[in-house]
Amino acid sequence: MGDEQTVIAPAVGLTAVLLVAIATLGIGSVGMRISRTTSDFYVASRAVSPRWNASAIGGEYLSAASFLGVAGLVLVGGVDMLWFPVGYTAGYLVLLALVAAPLRRSGAYTLPDFAEQRLESAVVRTAASVLVAGIGVLYLLPQLQGAGLALRLVTGAPPWAGSALVAVVVVLNVLAGGMRSITFVQAFQYWLKLTAIAVPVVFLLLAWRADGMPDPVAAAEPEARETFSVTLSEDVVVGSEVATTIGVDGTDVDLAAGGSLTLDAGTRVTVPAGVPVPHADPLPQTDGRAWALPLSSGRDHPLYVTYSLLLALFFGTMGLPHVLVRFYTNPDGRAARRTTLVVIGLLGLFYLFPPVYGALGRIYTPDLLLSDRADAVVLALPGRLLGDPWGDLVGGLVVAGAFAAFLSTSSGLVVSVAGVVSQDLLGRRRRDAHPAGRNQAVRRFRAAAVLAVAVPFLLSLASYRVGLADTVGLAFALAASTFCPLLVLGIWWPRLTAAGAIAGLAAGGGLASAAVTVTMLAGPPNGWPGALLAQPAAWTVPVAFLVMVTVSLATASSRPRHVGRTMIRLHAPEGVALSARAAASAAPSGASAAPSGETVAADRTPAP
Amino acid sequence: MRVTSPRMRAARRPQSRPVSTDIDEQTVVGEVYMRSLIRAQLRLGVLVLLAVGTALGGLPLLFAASPSLREAEVLGLPVPWWLLGVLAYPLVGLAAWAYVLVAERSERDFSDLVERR
Repeated sequence: MGDEQTVIAPAVGLTAVLLVAIATLGIGSVGMRISRTTSDFYVASRAVSPRWNASAIGGEYLSAASFLGVAGLVLVGGVDMLWFPVGYTAGYLVLLALVAAPLRRSGAYTLPDFAEQRLESAVVRTAASVLVAGIGVLYLLPQLQGAGLALRLVTGAPPWAGSALVAVVVVLNVLAGGMRSITFVQAFQYWLKLTAIAVPVVFLLLAWRADGMPDPVAAAEPEARETFSVTLSEDVVVGSEVATTIGVDGTDVDLAAGGSLTLDAGTRVTVPAGVPVPHADPLPQTDGRAWALPLSSGRDHPLYVTYSLLLALFFGTMGLPHVLVRFYTNPDGRAARRTTLVVIGLLGLFYLFPPVYGALGRIYTPDLLLSDRADAVVLALPGRLLGDPWGDLVGGLVVAGAFAAFLSTSSGLVVSVAGVVSQDLLGRRRRDAHPAGRNQAVRRFRAAAVLAVAVPFLLSLASYRVGLADTVGLAFALAASTFCPLLVLGIWWPRLTAAGAIAGLAAGGGLASAAVTVTMLAGPPNGWPGALLAQPAAWTVPVAFLVMVTVSLATASSRPRHVGRTMIRLHAPEGVALSARAAASAAPSGASAAPSGETVAADRTPAP
Repeated sequence: MRVTSPRMRAARRPQSRPVSTDIDEQTVVGEVYMRSLIRAQLRLGVLVLLAVGTALGGLPLLFAASPSLREAEVLGLPVPWWLLGVLAYPLVGLAAWAYVLVAERSERDFSDLVERR
């Protein structure tokens, strides 16, 4: 141990990364042989069984934020951070109770499809498309950054290399088979990720027992168990609540209680055994007690922050583009519900494990707090805690899981964003019924996929200092402030009008993006403004609902003409024979121009 | 309005057509049936969410109000870690399972009702 250069033997780490990449592409190419038509590309012709679909949703949903970020948050913030995984899971309950079945019954391909079908307005469709692209980019960014961080820790490669690797594999995979192959790939990824997070926990806990079960709460500040040295890769300001002495480039430097110290990139910091480890500056300073107990993470207004975060996670899940597109691959509304139920079980199972890493990291990897690399705790622990052959082997497994997380979430996001961008923002929308038009639609989809990866990749080069789960949290807040009111009111409230929807999307989206921008560019200010901007959902979601309802009531005369018919289609169970349903399955996106392949989709859709 | 009792025998029409035709043709009768289904499903969804929301959302308040609960330990782990790290997931899972069960049953009943001649 000691140097932060690599957390396990680079050869093992690189092998693990390449194996996951090859397996992903291999399974993808099997899918490619099956997927022929445009509807295969978009929604796997809707012939995916609930069990496959649930694994695929789980695989797609468990991103870098779940695999690495949750453990990193727990390492830094303790028990309060457990709300993140609880919220990630409970979001599916909200989705199940309010959205899943009606949305599937709507027969729409994408969120913009739903918006146009329900509100019969092309403007709403375009607004929804822009939002899908925005949320998708915001969510892709931390995936690529996480990949950069992970590859650097594992092989010492520069940060852009990991992002580039993930970007290339995702593009190849999406180009090869679209959604159908992605469904197989994602289902595989869930089980890989579960194995990769659960199996090492057994090894780590055994090693912890053999070590005499040290208590993560005992010390005021985490202490170095053994003397360690870290070479900083970027400038860090460190501070400490208790007096401590650390070695900086070979000379001892005293750090008074409450004092801070600026360390330049390239500095070699040594912390002797038993000495309290200082924290990097943006991280809250917590003693063992505050870490273990709720509402004491050192942030301002912890109660507000907790509730606002919960609101964003609960109501944001339904608005994530890669989550919704999965629901169209269910054969019917009933299957959509059952799929969601299985997903909740799969997620709950997975989230039992990351907090264990966070707690063990408090004991064994306090250097990550010093170098501001808390997100690396899952990758670093096996090499740190386990003996020679096991450290590398288990470490390799964890690395494989992490890359599965980057690849699967990125692929899902790229497919859904590319689907929307190619239909609505690139070229003209039309029915590509003719085979030549169909080819053109596939080409457009591929161009959009490349674009959907390139933009966040370029953005990811700009900054590497954002907490993974924090960025993802902002994407959730944006989704909760826009698509949540659109979906909930669209499905349950016949009086929603296009004008109301547009006003609500603009208000919620504008306020939430402003808060996101300020937080990401300038860092949140202190006190109430800081809390309100860093966790905006508690006020932006109600504002969006309020605006949508008020403007809809004011424009009651312009209600969509076919709203009665639409509500029947959304809510009538499969057992009710409707002529509307026959029409719906023949033209899945109703009034909108779906990209060809409808007849194929209709052929394969089981009769209602 | 909620259709609780299928008083179909009294209301049946001579040509004995199922209510689903009314729904399909968007007659007043069909609309009444659909509205009752939509309200029942919305009520169920909101009920489940309120129950889980109160249980989970009550925790921060409970922690803020009761320092003894915050600090209590069970099997060497503080109670908040048990509640948030472990027990929250079965709670959400059970609520989801109950929702699916009730939602499917009420849809089945509805289909039987409106397809009856």
